[in-house]
Amino acid sequence: MKTTTSTAAAETRPYSVWVANRTNLIILGIGVLVLIIFIVFPFFDLTSWTRRLVEFFCYLALAQLWNLMLGYAGLISVGQQGYIGIGAYTLWLFSDIIGINPLISVIFAAIGGVIIALPAAALVFRLKGGYLAIGTWVIAEILRLIVANIKRTGGGSGITIQATSRMAQDMGAEGWMPLVYWWALASAVIAIAVTYLLLRSRTGLALKAMRDNDLAAESTGVNLWRTKLYTYLIAGAGCAMVGAIEAMYSLRVHPGSAFSVNWTAYLIFITVIGGIGTIEGPVIGTIIFYVLRETTSQYGTWYFIALGLLAIVVTIWSPAGIYGWVIKKTGFMLFPLQRKLRFAREGETPAPLASGGEKAVA
Amino acid sequence: MSLLQIENASVFYEDFQALYDINITVEEGEIFACIGANGAGKSTMLKTVAGVLVPKVGRILFDGRPIDHMPPYKRVELGISSVPEGRRVFPSLTVHENLLIGAYRNRKGPWTTDAVYDLFPLLRPLKKRQASGLSGGEQQALAIGRALMANPRLILMDEVSLGLAPVVIKRIYEAFPTLLENGCTILVVEQDVQHVLTVATHVACFLEGRIALQGVPSELTNEQITAAYFGV
Amino acid sequence: MDWLNAIIQGILLGGLYSLFAVGLSLVFGTMRLTNLAHGDLTVLPAYIALIIVGSTPRFNPLYAIPMVMVIMFVFGYLLQRGVLNFVVNSGDIAGVIVTFGMSIVIMNGLQEAFTANSQGLDAGQIENMSITLSDQLAIGWLPLIIFILAVVVIAALQLYMSRTKMGRAFRAVSDDQEAARLMGINTKHIWAVAMGVALLIVTIGGVMMGIRTTFNPLLGADRLIFAFEAVIIGGMGSSWGTLLGGVVLGVAQLLGALVFGPAWQILAGHVVFVIILALRPRGFLAKTVTA
Ligand SMILES: Nc1ncnc2c1ncn2[C@@H]1O[C@H](COP(=O)(O)OP(=O)(O)OP(=O)(O)O)[C@@H](O)[C@H]1O
Ligand SMILES: [Mg+2]
Repeated sequence: MKTTTSTAAAETRPYSVWVANRTNLIILGIGVLVLIIFIVFPFFDLTSWTRRLVEFFCYLALAQLWNLMLGYAGLISVGQQGYIGIGAYTLWLFSDIIGINPLISVIFAAIGGVIIALPAAALVFRLKGGYLAIGTWVIAEILRLIVANIKRTGGGSGITIQATSRMAQDMGAEGWMPLVYWWALASAVIAIAVTYLLLRSRTGLALKAMRDNDLAAESTGVNLWRTKLYTYLIAGAGCAMVGAIEAMYSLRVHPGSAFSVNWTAYLIFITVIGGIGTIEGPVIGTIIFYVLRETTSQYGTWYFIALGLLAIVVTIWSPAGIYGWVIKKTGFMLFPLQRKLRFAREGETPAPLASGGEKAVA
Repeated sequence: MSLLQIENASVFYEDFQALYDINITVEEGEIFACIGANGAGKSTMLKTVAGVLVPKVGRILFDGRPIDHMPPYKRVELGISSVPEGRRVFPSLTVHENLLIGAYRNRKGPWTTDAVYDLFPLLRPLKKRQASGLSGGEQQALAIGRALMANPRLILMDEVSLGLAPVVIKRIYEAFPTLLENGCTILVVEQDVQHVLTVATHVACFLEGRIALQGVPSELTNEQITAAYFGV
Repeated sequence: MDWLNAIIQGILLGGLYSLFAVGLSLVFGTMRLTNLAHGDLTVLPAYIALIIVGSTPRFNPLYAIPMVMVIMFVFGYLLQRGVLNFVVNSGDIAGVIVTFGMSIVIMNGLQEAFTANSQGLDAGQIENMSITLSDQLAIGWLPLIIFILAVVVIAALQLYMSRTKMGRAFRAVSDDQEAARLMGINTKHIWAVAMGVALLIVTIGGVMMGIRTTFNPLLGADRLIFAFEAVIIGGMGSSWGTLLGGVVLGVAQLLGALVFGPAWQILAGHVVFVIILALRPRGFLAKTVTA
């Protein structure tokens, strides 16, 4: 990868582009360890914690995907609940009507998400900016109304998913919940991995170019429409998958809650508070959201008012969120997506980095 | 007292410094010309005077009063108006409406729509036309007329001759004496150095964000100006 | 006859939608801000009217409308200066997030103050009065008045925009913000007035709707979407287009309800919107956008 910036062009000193540093490697090690702990977690019979973590991972995955669209593609959707709902009902369709194991039906849910997202994208991408956001909401409403008006799906009062209920009954909570848990964990890991890999790829650079400047990206031959479409499809698939996992978790689907715009409220809150455009931001945001939810959600409307106000205040006065603030204070990134430019000191040749990160010498 | 004083002004676009320690004094009744290569910082200086940019360091005095933290509309009220770079007429408004917008602050003075139509007779028949359909020269005349409608004491003109035919440029420069007679001092940025030096009473040459040379045109040699312009 | 009735009622309903849509469009036009709280801001004035007239009406809520309009204008002005002006130039994303946050705050605030139960405003006799066209066809006075008000409001707004100094300034700011500032226009004030005027217009629809049917704090989302659909169907930036868009949407909804049953009313509107977006993405009467 060649990197030139205007400052670099003016300098004659050799420079290298650093993507990661040693601290990041240590953190990566810790990350792997944490992942292993999470994987074996259900074996330590802490059912109530397993339950909590299922929800936690679901929110984390959703927030990552929302952030992928927003932070990197400038695509703002307030309609992801449409895909969450579609995922939940696809799970019901495949496990109860077609008769496929629900644990496998999750994959069909993701495919269902893509199938809906394709025509939806063709429609809403005709709109720009904020109007595009309302367009995504309309799509979600259409899906909700269709599902709620079909008798077979239980209409407005929802339906119990027989297959999952049976499995949960047969295995008992200790047997069933870990399976759901691993799916939730997998969805969060997949969301993070996909985001990370996508952004490190050429398309990722294109996305960032696009975020910085539509025209500039256009003139360098980046196909805006296609890159936006890819992120939208990925987010659609991911949200549908999480919707299916949520349905396995609650054993029921209900159009009012599966298609609820509250999902978007949560995602906005999590991403904005944590920090838009970073992978760490949504992680921090989800933790804060979770703590807030566990402690104050019994206050109902006040809880929502607080979420709304915080999102407003942070967007206006500290748009980079908590993680942006951390980066500014410490210059440290867990998932190095930004390339740092380091000039070699006098007489020093730029040392290539030990990690497999990309590097370039001008 | 000088009409406009810029003292030690440094101006930034975020992290990028566009002007370094600028000092300029414009007297009432002058035609003050700013010249310099592309990107030298001329437009940045005019925007700073108009108030859409705020200097990080330094002061701007108008009539002896500091104005650096006044928003643009307050400065228009004091009598500073602009002919922005690239004309920037309001495309969906008619010619007449564009002029009326120029008078938005209701400053008293000699300039009315009729006076502007007298100054630029070519605009009169276009009165009801949308500004987006005007030719470049017509738009430039409109932009100047619009600025005059504010009855300014100081008019800031950015590259008024860019891309115009020589006859149109001539007509615009012919308007300058009328402006001066009506109590309007002119601060003009110009690429066409030869032309502007024939009318200017004072010239400042910008080079990479600094003023490389200032003085009365008749006292400067061509060599001096060329050297300051190209930085050799 | 049912068809004719549905079409007539749909047209009248469309007038109401266009009242909501004009406000959304005005705000977008002057400051390129997509206000996701717009729907909730159409619900709010009905509650303000409710406070003014009291639940056992002290006087007819129709008389409260001018007062609520003034209150909403001031509220819009302050909201813009206090909050929204900070995001006008920060791009679409910040605007959407902040207004979505506002939407949540208003909706839940109303629930906290008035519960989620439906409420109504009682305007007395007029609510039941109608013009009988034939034995199967009657037009209610109230829907008719709302429609006429919509036409009057749109015409008045057109005049305001084209004839007054303030309207001219709105258009100048919409064309070129920086040039407008250089001409002495205080854009912060203009945006605030635009928001105030938008909410003042929306108040008419919001309170009239509160009289005609009931209202609750959760209606905002649908109102926002209806307004948006009317704007897009009609063509962005065109006031009469907004009226047309509202009418198309209203007729689509009521015909859908007639053919498929009341549960499909809203969905039918969405579907027609989607078809129009697919076939005619710029709407029916879009203004040619100048660069
Ligand atoms: N909005 C902006 N953001 C960042 N940098 C800017 C911006 N506008 C101008 N600059 C930079 O500031 C410097 C001075 O620009 P300015 O427009 O003042 O030059 P100028 O002398 O008017 O040039 P020209 O004769 O081409 O109009 C240039 O390097 C330019 O790239
Ligand atoms: Mg310039």
